[in-house]
Parts: sequence; structure tokens; C-alpha cells
Amino acid sequence: MGVAKPPLDANEAELIQRVCQGDKEAFYGLVRPYERAVYAAAISILNNPADAEEVAQEAVLKAFSSLARFRGEAKFSTWLIQITINEARLKLRKDRRHLYESVDEPRSDEEGDYFPQDFADWREVPSEALQRKELGQALKHAIAGLAPKYREVLILRDVQHFSTEETARALGISEGNVKTRLLRARLQMRDALAPGIDGSWTTGKAEYKKVRPW
Amino acid sequence: MSMIEISCVEVWREISNYIDAAIDPELRARMEAHLKVCAHCTAVLDGTRNVVKLLADGVEYDLPQGFSQRLYSKLKD
Repeated sequence: MGVAKPPLDANEAELIQRVCQGDKEAFYGLVRPYERAVYAAAISILNNPADAEEVAQEAVLKAFSSLARFRGEAKFSTWLIQITINEARLKLRKDRRHLYESVDEPRSDEEGDYFPQDFADWREVPSEALQRKELGQALKHAIAGLAPKYREVLILRDVQHFSTEETARALGISEGNVKTRLLRARLQMRDALAPGIDGSWTTGKAEYKKVRPW
Repeated sequence: MSMIEISCVEVWREISNYIDAAIDPELRARMEAHLKVCAHCTAVLDGTRNVVKLLADGVEYDLPQGFSQRLYSKLKD
């Protein structure tokens, strides 16, 4: 690999300068390219649009008020998404519906191997069989059925196309954990989406069996 | 030259890194040798690759109507 690119875009650096000098409008210009990514990150943790929007707004406001602290060591987008993830987790903790759902990161990925459930060979990408909208819905439904720690990684890596490093930074976990969780998320998605015996598209069960090695 | 065989479980463990081309050449070679003769693992690989492809093209989290305006007006306050 050659010389690393400077993480901060020259145009972004200029916008940040202007915001720090009091130009509020410039901040919106800074954030606008990442609105969808912020929303997607929020919904990956909260799983519903109303909460996701609320958290997205709070995250953007928080980024605005702490912009002076942004040092430019990471990409602005990574920093913004990191704030979003933290706000979403905070909300999850406060929300009584999730009282018993563990939000704190485990010390290590302690689970056993995930064994694929289905060995049907579907070499063809089944998107021809579905309207594009149906496919989007089926994918989102399957994503929503994943455990939160897998859902977060899958959305950042495979939907938002963050690198492993960026994802690790945004979520506050190791790169090794990102890879392990991504593996499980992808295998579970495959099982959720695998065509049924008659070949028709099924969105699969909401829960995923975890098979432990003997 | 003998190549150490790997099991299906090991293949599944590395399948995601394999798809991302994030494994070392030796492991890659062992996996490819295994995939040549194992229909199950080939099915898992193809299916998982498809998932990644589908996610890349097929999922968009559309912003709710008026999201940008509401965000912008919150910023202005």
C-alpha cells in the first residue's frame, strides 16, 4: 500500500473551519452527504424509523456542539457515525422496552461456531424472481431479525460499505470482532433468505438457531 | 507437495474473509482445494456471496419524508 490518504477531505476541512467560526449553515453542508448513513446506523440499533430519526437528529446536534473537539484523525463520516451509534445505544438503555436486552459489549466473542442451516445451492442471484421493492423488503426484514450486534456490523460493512477499520472504530470493537460478527451476520442472512423446498422466496424465521460444536 | 486439508467447519469460519479477499494465500489455496470437492461448502460460498451482492445493491434506508427539513430546522434553532 502507498502513502495513506489524509483522512479529512480538503473541502470538509474548510467547512469545519467555517462552522467553528460561527457559520451554522456550513455544518448542514458537512452533514448532508451522510444523512442516510446516519439514519441507517441509528435504525440498525433501534430497528424503528421514529426512534432512528430522533436519534439521528440528536447525533447531528451533538456533532455540531462538539465539532471543536474533532481532530481530523479519522474521517468526519466515521466520527459522525460513532456519535450516532453511541446516541442510539444510550436511547436503547433508556428505553424500558429493552430493559433486559444487553447493550454492553461482551469482553470477547464467546459463542461457538455458527453452522449454516441449509445447503441448497442457489447459484443464481434470485433478484430476477422478485420485484426490486419486494427484494428490498425481504432483505430489511431479514436484517431486522438479526441480533443487534450482528445487525450493526452488517449494515455498516455491507450496506454502508464502511471498511473493517472504520466499522471497528465506529462501534468501539476490535477488527477481529467485526470480522467474526460479519461472518455470523452473513451466514444468518443466507439462512433467512434461502429459497424454500419449492424454490419460492421465503423471509425465514425471526430467530436463528445456534448450533454448538459437540 | 502436500497440502494440509481443512474441514468444512474451518471453511465456514473463513468464508466471509474469503469473500472479502482478506485471507493469506496459503489458506486461500487450502480453501479452494476443499471447495473443488465439496458441494456443501460451495453452496454456502455461493449463497453467502449472493447475500453480499444483494445487500450492496438492494438495501436502501430511505429517509422518512421531511427528514432533511426537520433536521435543518433543528440545527437552525
